[in-house]
Amino acid sequence: MTNKKNRSMIQRRLIPTYIFLSIVSFLSVFPFYWMISAATNESYDVARGKILPGGYLMQNFQNLIAGQDLWGSLANSFLYAIVQTVLALVVCSLAGYGFELYHDKKKDMVFGILLLAMMIPGVATMIPLFKMISSMGLLNSVWGFILPSVSTPFLIMMFRQNSRNFPIDVMEAARIDGLTELQIFYRMYAPMMKSTYAAAAVITFMNAWNSYLWPKVIMTDTNAQTMPMLIANLASGYTTDYGMLMLGVLFCSVPTMVVFFILQKQFAEGITGAVK
Amino acid sequence: MNKKKEMDLLQKQSRAGWLFLAPATLMIAVMSFWPMISAFFTSLKTGSSANMQWADPIFYNYTRMFSDKLFQRSIVNTFLYLAIQVPIMLVLAILLAQLLNNKDLKLKGFFRTCVFLPCATALVSYSLIFKSLFATEGLINSILVNLHILSENYNFLGNPASAKAVIIIALIWRWTGYNMVFYLAGLQNIEYSVYEAAKIDGANGWQTFWGITVPLLRPTIIMTFIMSINGTLQLFDESVNLTNGGPANSTITMSHYIYNNTFGTGVANFGYATAMAFFVFIMVGILAFINMKVGDTRD
Repeated sequence: MTNKKNRSMIQRRLIPTYIFLSIVSFLSVFPFYWMISAATNESYDVARGKILPGGYLMQNFQNLIAGQDLWGSLANSFLYAIVQTVLALVVCSLAGYGFELYHDKKKDMVFGILLLAMMIPGVATMIPLFKMISSMGLLNSVWGFILPSVSTPFLIMMFRQNSRNFPIDVMEAARIDGLTELQIFYRMYAPMMKSTYAAAAVITFMNAWNSYLWPKVIMTDTNAQTMPMLIANLASGYTTDYGMLMLGVLFCSVPTMVVFFILQKQFAEGITGAVK
Repeated sequence: MNKKKEMDLLQKQSRAGWLFLAPATLMIAVMSFWPMISAFFTSLKTGSSANMQWADPIFYNYTRMFSDKLFQRSIVNTFLYLAIQVPIMLVLAILLAQLLNNKDLKLKGFFRTCVFLPCATALVSYSLIFKSLFATEGLINSILVNLHILSENYNFLGNPASAKAVIIIALIWRWTGYNMVFYLAGLQNIEYSVYEAAKIDGANGWQTFWGITVPLLRPTIIMTFIMSINGTLQLFDESVNLTNGGPANSTITMSHYIYNNTFGTGVANFGYATAMAFFVFIMVGILAFINMKVGDTRD
């Protein structure tokens, strides 16, 4: 009885917290609602701030696919993001494995130097990288897109930190059984690190899908453009068709939002992955 | 004999280790360190991309930078965003994490998902959403006019001060949940009993926040600070898509200005642009260093 009373008192004391969190949640979610609602309205209504959904969705969709290559850009974005995710996972997990489980003084030093690369801003390497990629003939290609971001200190660090849980005894036993070092990696290590791979995959996919500056620099051909580039172009004209624009934004956001809702936990782990 | 065999085995293992980390290490060397070195040399040259020669005097691009009014404005803007947005965002993020870490709170998962959701949008997407929300005839205006806070529609993005404010609001919206996740993870490492003890000692919420939460989260706070500084100094997508640097370049950021000097409108000037980019790099380094020194009170 007293316990129950106590509990309801605690909840009553939390009322300001509930109110504050509700307001913040509303403000966080509202722009998403706005995007969806605006995608169903005529530009004129969107610009006038109409909040409720309308019946103009199909028209916006027809305008959107009439003027630009929506499917092509979606396909490009998926291709770039998936290839980058797969390669980054392979390259960085191998490195994290190597740095942690075979570590010695020299390897630790190399690792320390790699971490310095975190300090290098993208804008500083953009021009030399552009020259490099264009001299390799990789402009407008998936390779040009992914090469600079396949290997990142962040992912290597994440795999390295999480490798600490990998038991050395398992390695020793596997060696006695005659497995090569590479076999230990893909037969023992990789399956045990599933959750780290999942977190790394989510964060890499999101980053690749959302990147804008780099594709804007190297994708000079419209046929190679990504979704963020497509919607940015929609908005850059003198008059903006807001309904159509918001539908484009919706198309650009759906894949990452689906990933978010299904793999929210892994996404959170991915963000905080390297800090433990 | 046996010992020698063991040595060979260890050496073989060490070599395997090197092979595992080689691809990633080489890629970072070629795709980050080499471009950085090459950027420095480019920054000492002038001329268009096909026909570049050493600058005379050799640091011409660097001296030019300090008399370039527009670049200076982009520095001021970027630091203004940094100085206003980062503290507000981080305090809000810690506060939210603290509130969500309460074990008596219901609907925790729901609130967390809501606050975290903005991270799922591309920077370009949310910039465009905010652009439409704050349009002259847009939703925010019609709400403010209907509530009689404004007497007539206001051109938020057409006015330097309010355009900057919109960028800051948008940044806070996008990144608060992101930072909150770090604090939530950090808070989960703090024993709940510490809070119980504080409560018994009669500390109020405000006192526990400053007396327990903030000190124990300090490593996380320093890290998020460094990440935010790094991110803000490289602001690009928002400046391009929300305001396009306008009106009249009053909201342009450093990265945006550098981009305009290379691939944007106007004449490509790789040498000058790289010099400015190098300046950004040094700034990131210095600020991160100060941050770590200030945060590190071990002596």
